[in-house]
Amino acid sequence: MADATISGGLPQGRGAKTASPGGPMLAADGTPLRASLARSLRRQKMRALLLIAPLLLFILVTFVMPIGDMLFRSVENHIVADTLPRTVAALRDDPSEVPGEPVFRAMAEDLQVAVEEKTHTQLGTRLNYESSGMSSLLRGTGRDVKGMGEDVAKAVTGLDDAWEEPGTWVALLADPAWVQTQAEWAAADDKSPEPAFAASAAATERLPRTVEAYQAFAHVTQADDGDSVTEEEPWNLAYVALADDLRADPGAAEAFEGDNRARLDALSAAVADGTVPAVSYRDMFVESDDAWGEPGTWSVLRTFSSRFTPGYYLNAVDLKLGPNGIEMREPKDRIYLQLFVRTLVMSLVITGTCILLGYPIAFLLANLPERTANLLMILVLLPFWTSLLVRTSAWKVLLQQQGVINDILVWLGIVGDGNRLALINNQTGTIIAMTHILLPFMILPLYSVMKGIPKSYVRAAKSLGANDWTAFWRVYFPQSVPGIGAGSILCFILAIGYYITPELVGGTKGVFISNRIAYHISDSLNWGLAAALGTILLAVVMLLYWAYDRLVGIDNVKLGG
Amino acid sequence: MRITKLLGSAALALLPMAAPVLAQDAATELPPCDGCSDSMVIMSWGGAYQNSQLKAYVEPYQALTGITVTWDESSNEAIAKLRAAQEAGNMPYDLVDVEGPDSQRACDEGLAAEIDFDEALAPGSDGSSVEDDFGDSLINDCFVPQIYFSTTFGYRTDVAEWNGQTPDDICDIFDTATFPGKRSLQASPKKNLEWALVCDGVPADQVYDVLDTPEGVDRALAKLDTIKDDVIWWTAGAETPQLLADKEVVMGSTYNGRLFSVIAEEKQPVAMLWDYENFDFDGWIVPAGLDEARMNRVMHFLRFATDTQRLADQAKYIAYGPARASSQPLVSTHIDLGIEMAPFMPTNPDNMKNYLVNNIEWWSDHQDEVEAKFQAWLGQ
Amino acid sequence: MVQAQRDSAFVQFERVQKSYDGQTLVVKDLNLTVPKGEFLTMLGPSGSGKTTTLMMLAGFETATHGQIRLNGRNINDVPPHKRGIGMVFQNYALFPHMSVAENLAFPLDVRSLGKAEKEQKVKRALDMVQMGQFANRRPGQLSGGQQQRIALARALVFEPELVLMDEPLGALDKQLREHMQFEIKHIADSLGITVVYVTHDQTEALTMSDRVAVFNDGVIQQLAPPDELYEAPMNSFVARFIGENNTMTGVVTALDGSRCVVRLDSGDEIDAKPVNVAKVGERTKVSIRPERVETNKARLRPGAHTLTARVEEFIYMGDMFRTRLSVAGNSNFIMKTRNAPDQVRLEPGAEIEIGWLPEDCRALDAA
Repeated sequence: MADATISGGLPQGRGAKTASPGGPMLAADGTPLRASLARSLRRQKMRALLLIAPLLLFILVTFVMPIGDMLFRSVENHIVADTLPRTVAALRDDPSEVPGEPVFRAMAEDLQVAVEEKTHTQLGTRLNYESSGMSSLLRGTGRDVKGMGEDVAKAVTGLDDAWEEPGTWVALLADPAWVQTQAEWAAADDKSPEPAFAASAAATERLPRTVEAYQAFAHVTQADDGDSVTEEEPWNLAYVALADDLRADPGAAEAFEGDNRARLDALSAAVADGTVPAVSYRDMFVESDDAWGEPGTWSVLRTFSSRFTPGYYLNAVDLKLGPNGIEMREPKDRIYLQLFVRTLVMSLVITGTCILLGYPIAFLLANLPERTANLLMILVLLPFWTSLLVRTSAWKVLLQQQGVINDILVWLGIVGDGNRLALINNQTGTIIAMTHILLPFMILPLYSVMKGIPKSYVRAAKSLGANDWTAFWRVYFPQSVPGIGAGSILCFILAIGYYITPELVGGTKGVFISNRIAYHISDSLNWGLAAALGTILLAVVMLLYWAYDRLVGIDNVKLGG
Repeated sequence: MRITKLLGSAALALLPMAAPVLAQDAATELPPCDGCSDSMVIMSWGGAYQNSQLKAYVEPYQALTGITVTWDESSNEAIAKLRAAQEAGNMPYDLVDVEGPDSQRACDEGLAAEIDFDEALAPGSDGSSVEDDFGDSLINDCFVPQIYFSTTFGYRTDVAEWNGQTPDDICDIFDTATFPGKRSLQASPKKNLEWALVCDGVPADQVYDVLDTPEGVDRALAKLDTIKDDVIWWTAGAETPQLLADKEVVMGSTYNGRLFSVIAEEKQPVAMLWDYENFDFDGWIVPAGLDEARMNRVMHFLRFATDTQRLADQAKYIAYGPARASSQPLVSTHIDLGIEMAPFMPTNPDNMKNYLVNNIEWWSDHQDEVEAKFQAWLGQ
Repeated sequence: MVQAQRDSAFVQFERVQKSYDGQTLVVKDLNLTVPKGEFLTMLGPSGSGKTTTLMMLAGFETATHGQIRLNGRNINDVPPHKRGIGMVFQNYALFPHMSVAENLAFPLDVRSLGKAEKEQKVKRALDMVQMGQFANRRPGQLSGGQQQRIALARALVFEPELVLMDEPLGALDKQLREHMQFEIKHIADSLGITVVYVTHDQTEALTMSDRVAVFNDGVIQQLAPPDELYEAPMNSFVARFIGENNTMTGVVTALDGSRCVVRLDSGDEIDAKPVNVAKVGERTKVSIRPERVETNKARLRPGAHTLTARVEEFIYMGDMFRTRLSVAGNSNFIMKTRNAPDQVRLEPGAEIEIGWLPEDCRALDAA
């Protein structure tokens, strides 16, 4: 900007306050003119920025951020990976339909943690959006997971009471350095959380599963419950893991010393002779619920294990992610595409009726004396001033089958008593009520545009030989088109997003996509789907706006003369 | 089914001599509340139901403690509001009134605090334990029940085309030959599917087993198809009473308390059909993560507000059955109208010859799928 | 131009009255005849009824009473689009959504002319106003003067015999206005059309018109050719409205055919030409054009009355000197003198004798 101004406005070497020819032009005080100009402009820009800052902030907070949030929610799917991190990792290595033991073991640990943190039900709710039954599956297995491996734990503690002691586990698994810090923490007694548990090198090497299971337990105990691992008996799963480790590596005890070694030796022997039973995680899960043994359950988990998902969008256009990729939903389950189409078509119809009814009124208002026009304008604005409830009641009284309009029609003999018209709780009801609500949005821009068309145009047309119709159609109407454009955009965009009125008078066939969005926001709580539907609606509106701009030209939209 | 025990207690309520005056000065029993906040924000439904809560225990509690109570009338979107509040990290509500299924969702989502009922609630005035007294209404660990309510049908008693017959069977809803005229049903699959199956010959105790099969929902929708053209679908509980009063429909489903208003208070020519009415619960949940002072206050209030006498008192203001068995014998007459409340109570044994109980577990699993299917069906 | 046509009554207003509110008349008992080929200007202050008269002629207002005839036919009930009258509006009223060529073609379109004929006529009309190269522009892309030409061309393209113009030059700057005055007059003359022109600018009226009708208060005050209007205003309104004027009030003391003596309110006596006075003793307002005031006694008739004037202000205007004088109690008396070699510059405070030829000082009504 500054460059253009200088080179365009003051040719090189001819400016009033130039320095050496070819060098930068200087202002009166010797600073380069460019810098001087930039400084003076900067102050103006800063002031302009300060003036719009409140609005900018307002728009950012109330508009940009919510829309950003909506876009994010429509693809966000952290909950599976966050709640079942081990399972998701294990599933990656196991492509079979119903995965093997490692995945079930990971699932047991994840679920145990999730139950402690009470997040498994949230996960169930999320997955239930994709497949019915996931909610109760996770809730039910969540109840059972605590009992899993109880046989093993009993066998182990039956062997040696010491295994019931939290201290035994700490002594076996903990890193000596951690024991040191833990002791200092305990002595200090300053209410800070216990230092995070760390396993010894020997334990990590020879008892890997035990360490993994114990660490999950330790994390929950320390971070979530604020307790000390030195005072809590580990979960059953730790016992199962220990037995598994010793089964896989019977000589693991050799890496340890003293009591630890003796206990492990004894336990190893018990594992070997079957005193401590071998259990299968998979069996335990299937015992809890048969669904864990079915491919469908795992297919859902696999499909929705990524952190971002197109699932909500697919759902929003009646598609689904099946085992064989994307496919249409069953015809009986399709709902959204039809609603989108209905919303668009009905919004167009409503916009059309608004034009038909609003144009003559705006024309009349624009051509009446100011005082009469103002009086009539109040009548036009009346819908704005009555509450929605009052209006809805009025519509019901007027439009229902035993309502005023039907009564009058029956009385006049236009319709028979048995054939009263259905004017409400269907699409007709929605169109009537929405036209009523949106009419002012059509009339106001039309009126102000028409007010701005001088009478002399029509007079000129007539003086040039045009009759009333030609003068109107060829001269007046084209100039009122920007008002129609503005009114239509207002009406259409408002109509497309309306949901209260269709809900009240639309019955089942007069509801819009926004009613479904509202349903998913406040009833089903499937905010991801609501966000996807909202985003699609936003995209459709922007697409139509773009099309309008291409066809009519957005310059051809005026809110006032 | 715990309801069978309720039956016995409710039967007692019908005997005049079994209405002992147990009202006592609660002030002497109300323990002090240490470390409690001095105000509460309660979310409820507004209208007559909220008024019954206000009169039966909120005002008495305020009189005893002097705390201030602010009402928020948005229980119909309670879960959405709770979730939004939790995401925003600022929980404005201390106590939220929800229906059973919503309490399940709040509990599942971690929005509601789990409550130790034995510790938090008062035992029954008849000495029964909390567990026994509330029985089946303790549907999950977060939900403190207040009332039983039922969704049932009301019909106009002045329909000429019916030739003097009146519906007394749930399946009369589907009998448009004998009972011509428009019906109003809730624009939601819940309850409608169950009724449809019952009238399609499914024994009441197998309704959810059938719904669980792949054809179950389709079978119910096929039954509903037979009356689809005669149905006006409602979304708000107040609609059916209005539609009945306006003669827009000849029969329609709604909450039994609403029908009580139409019949007893507005004196419309409307009667209630008690057959396979659908039972559900309404009660309190406490938002998760309240600070100690607020939590103390809420628990102090809950213990008072859900004791035997307070729940019985509530039935003076609204025709819903107290959730405690021990409250049933104390149910008497309407505070203003002076009429006996028992005939309007869903827990009245005369009204409970056949009934359904909303299966919260099944619905929490299948709500989304069935709702989508139902909406698609509605739109066809 | 054929003299016979000029004499015939092409446009005729007969006892026309117009009222908007049923209480006051905006146009009072108007009688006006415009011969074919005449350039008639209706001049007057705003609210004088001139535009209403024009609109009645165009058909946009209906006469409350009386008849308007065009070419001998009563057009009271003929709708505007059937009157065949061209019109140029104050703000041109060019259709903004049409190009210049489309604007011009509009009156031809509604008359269902063939394409070739249409194009030819449009081209000719554009060439006439020297706007040939602007055919495809939109009105919004043209300057005020250019829009004015297009408006003129559009009003003429369908070859009407009568063209109405409603202050068509009001929005232009002075220089352009003077240029367009000449051009409009030239085109009107060369096409031989009848023009009824409305303006409140007296210079414009004087420059362009064959005759000027001065309107005030719904009544034509004087209808005369420009020179007559200037030289011989029939009443004090016209005198005041047309050109600059010094006025003084007094009483007629002697009256003798073409001469009278007026004793001014200051007591001085002057010579004047009786125009609107009937008898001795009547109050009158005398009017003298500034350029007819004479300081050179040699040019006055012997025995003529003179007045003593004090110079208040002397303004040098290039070709003229403008001197403000105090005369007979009127301190706003203006005298214009030509800048000639022998003309002295008067110093403020100087006392001089002034006078005039009796026929230059018109004794009018006292209003």
